[in-house]
Amino acid sequence: MQRVTCTPEAAALIRALRAEHGPLMFHQSGGCCDGSAPMCFTVGDFKVGSRDVLLGELEGCPFYIGGDQWERWQHTRLIIDVVVGRGAGFSLEAPTGKRFLTRSEICAV
Amino acid sequence: MVYAPPNQPGSKVSFKSRYANYIGGEWKEPRKGQYFENITPVTGKPFCEIPRSTSEDIDAALDAAHAAKGAWGKTSPAERALVLNKIADRIEQNLEMLAVAETWHNGKPVRETLAADMPLTIDHFRYFAGVIRAQEGRSSQLDNDTVAYHFHEPLGVVGQIIPWNFPILMAAWKLAPALAAGNAVIIKPAEQTPASLLVLMELIGDLLPPGVVNVVNGFGIEAGKPLASSNRIAKIAFTGETTTGRLIMQYASENLIPVTLELGGKSPNVFFEDVTSKKDSFLDKALEGFGMFALNQGEVCTCPSRALVQKSIHGEFMERAVERARAHVPGNPLDPKTTVGAQASNDQLEKILSYLDIGRKEGAKVLLGGERAKLSGDLEGGYYVMPTIFAGNNKMRVFQEEIFGPVVSTTSFEDFDDAIAIANDTLYGLGAGVWTRDVNTAYRAGRAIQAGRVWTNCYHLYPAHAAFGGYKQSGIGRENHAMMLGHYQQTKNLLVSYDPKPMGFF
Repeated sequence: MQRVTCTPEAAALIRALRAEHGPLMFHQSGGCCDGSAPMCFTVGDFKVGSRDVLLGELEGCPFYIGGDQWERWQHTRLIIDVVVGRGAGFSLEAPTGKRFLTRSEICAV
Repeated sequence: MVYAPPNQPGSKVSFKSRYANYIGGEWKEPRKGQYFENITPVTGKPFCEIPRSTSEDIDAALDAAHAAKGAWGKTSPAERALVLNKIADRIEQNLEMLAVAETWHNGKPVRETLAADMPLTIDHFRYFAGVIRAQEGRSSQLDNDTVAYHFHEPLGVVGQIIPWNFPILMAAWKLAPALAAGNAVIIKPAEQTPASLLVLMELIGDLLPPGVVNVVNGFGIEAGKPLASSNRIAKIAFTGETTTGRLIMQYASENLIPVTLELGGKSPNVFFEDVTSKKDSFLDKALEGFGMFALNQGEVCTCPSRALVQKSIHGEFMERAVERARAHVPGNPLDPKTTVGAQASNDQLEKILSYLDIGRKEGAKVLLGGERAKLSGDLEGGYYVMPTIFAGNNKMRVFQEEIFGPVVSTTSFEDFDDAIAIANDTLYGLGAGVWTRDVNTAYRAGRAIQAGRVWTNCYHLYPAHAAFGGYKQSGIGRENHAMMLGHYQQTKNLLVSYDPKPMGFF
């Protein structure tokens, strides 16, 4: 079972961003404001930590989440979607007027 | 009386159709000439254009700030306090205009901007005007002829990136201590709420020397990153979420500069069984405290979004709490009777709806709300959510992540130890609430909960002079208090010998 997947709309946006910025990665945020939103960066801009967990790849782009956060999210499967908006934070898609959004399904345990 | 929307006859505020950046005391077009549309969440429609700034604009602001820092840093505390007091007075004289501007721009009810956001902003400037006058360096006599003097010095030029939930108040929380301490500032508002600070700067800009406060708008990746990663700032302050918080620390590590971070929480609001022992005004107050999850549509870092109610009173208490919350439905934010306004942006609305979906899928029971609120007329396109009460358990995602919407997840606990265990079973530790008539329980619970602020028999009070900040993953630093000055100052130690004789060592 894949722990993270994306919708066709998200896949199209990822491809467009990659064409503009080069290789990309994601890190799932937590906390306030834009917490719970997936953040998209060029590879190397965000330093992946030793406790981050690689959940999978979206269009070939690695998707990470903090280890402590994953412990509390692991009963869910993440589906990355796109909505209209611009978010805050430093995620690459903000200037496009679209924002990645994490939707979730419950995993059968 | 319902306030008229901006730019209409009888309105308290007029927005410009296009804004510039405020750099070096002047309004400067973004160097690349790019703008983005600013949307009001009240109707979902754009109402002004905001600079889409880039590193060139951040560089210009850094130049202006560095040109200003020397003279500003050498002003006397009395002079800086006077400036802060004048800013407070100017805001007070224009309180209604700013409150309506903030409501239009953020979606929060005008009742709150009139009674909370603006009065707290005013008081915040006055507080730091006071504490900088009262601040003293320390000296110690190390021996008969040797004295250590400790002086406070400003850091120089600091960067600040602020959130969208209280655009003017969060600016005040960061600007007031930084300015009091004698720093020059470059501040980037959130891209969802970029306009009200510009309205404020139109109002107070003349009170500050050019370059002391510079406001640069734009997207995080295009304007926030060049600011946070600049080697020309001496400190960066950020309020937001954890991934960006890590990124801010990472940039700061490259320049070896300090950071302060406020990254939110998942605050427990704990109700012990004695709250219902009498049907009196204290019970009424506790129920009001439960209902605080809907304040500012839940877009508060310390939203009491987990309610823990002792099992022995759970049924009775929740019945009353749900009934009380039912009265609060979203309405026109410009109507002073409205208690729940619009969520700040479409993506925020979508995120809240996604959590309402997750909560149901996890098996949480919906006791109230659970859906988008559809308003009519001009408000039809706005971003409104029905206040929602879930019942479930603390392992659910809706108990573990801050939804930042008018959503509370409720559960019960057996006894004191169980309450504390659930309260602390979270990655965060910003706020908490404890409700009890027993002072011993109140004290022990307050000390046992791992959070920077434990409201005891109250909630959502934000007075200056009470330290605010997080434990665990909620951040670093304490705002809202004189101790924040320390986050904006260097300590200069002069170690002085008054002994004319050589040491006799070399």
